Amino acid sequence: MIEVLYFAWVRERIGLPRESIETQAATVADLVAELRAREDRYDMAFSDVSALRVALDQELAGFDAPLAGVREVAFFPPMTGG
Amino acid sequence: MRVQAEPFDVGAELAAFAAGRQDVGAEVSFSGVVRDDGGLAAMEIEHYPGMTEKALAKIEAEAVARWDLKASLVIHRYGRLEPGEKIMMVATAAGHRAEAFEAAQFLMDYLKSRAPFWKKETGADGASWVAAKDADEDALERW
Repeated sequence: MIEVLYFAWVRERIGLPRESIETQAATVADLVAELRAREDRYDMAFSDVSALRVALDQELAGFDAPLAGVREVAFFPPMTGG
Repeated sequence: MRVQAEPFDVGAELAAFAAGRQDVGAEVSFSGVVRDDGGLAAMEIEHYPGMTEKALAKIEAEAVARWDLKASLVIHRYGRLEPGEKIMMVATAAGHRAEAFEAAQFLMDYLKSRAPFWKKETGADGASWVAAKDADEDALERW
C-alpha cells in the first residue's frame, strides 16, 4: 500500500486530498499511468505532468524515480510560497 | 522555523530576534504581505504538513551554514488571509550586512519555489490558484 496525496488544483480536480493505493508501479511515471487509466478526473489532472511536481516521502523527486520502499507520494503544482 | 495559521507580530519578533547576542553586527528582515491589486477579497494558503516544515528547516540550515548566521528566523502562515495581512517573514543576523542581506535573499528565493505552499486568490470573479513564475525559478540559479 502506498499513500498518495494531492494538493492545490490537483486535489480539486481529483476531488480528494489523499488515498491509499494498492500498486505494483515501479516508478512515479508508472503510478501516474495507472491513475490516468482509472477515471477521467485523474486523466485530466495528470494530462500535463510538466505542470506538476512530485515528492516521495516528503522530498522532491522526478517522475522517473523508483517507488521501491516509498510510503508517501504527493502530487502538486509548482510551489508558490513567500 | 514556524509554520502557523495564527498571525504574528513582526515588531515583537524582531525585538526578540538575536537578543543578547554581542557578535551580531547586522540584522536584515523581510515580510511578505497580501497585496490587493484590485478586487482581492482573500488569499487561501495551502501547505503540506510535515514536508513544509522539513523543507523550511533544510533551507534555513543551508543559509545558516553558508553565511555563518548568528541567528535566523522563518515564519510562514497558512489558511485564510486578507489583504494587508503578513504572510511570512524572514530575519537574518550576521557579523556584517553583506552576509545578512544575501542570506535573507537566499531564504526568500528558496521559500518561493522550494517550500510546499500554494496560494489561491478569491476575488469578485471567483477563485484561482496563483501560478508559479518562471522568474522565481530562475532566481535560484544565482545561488
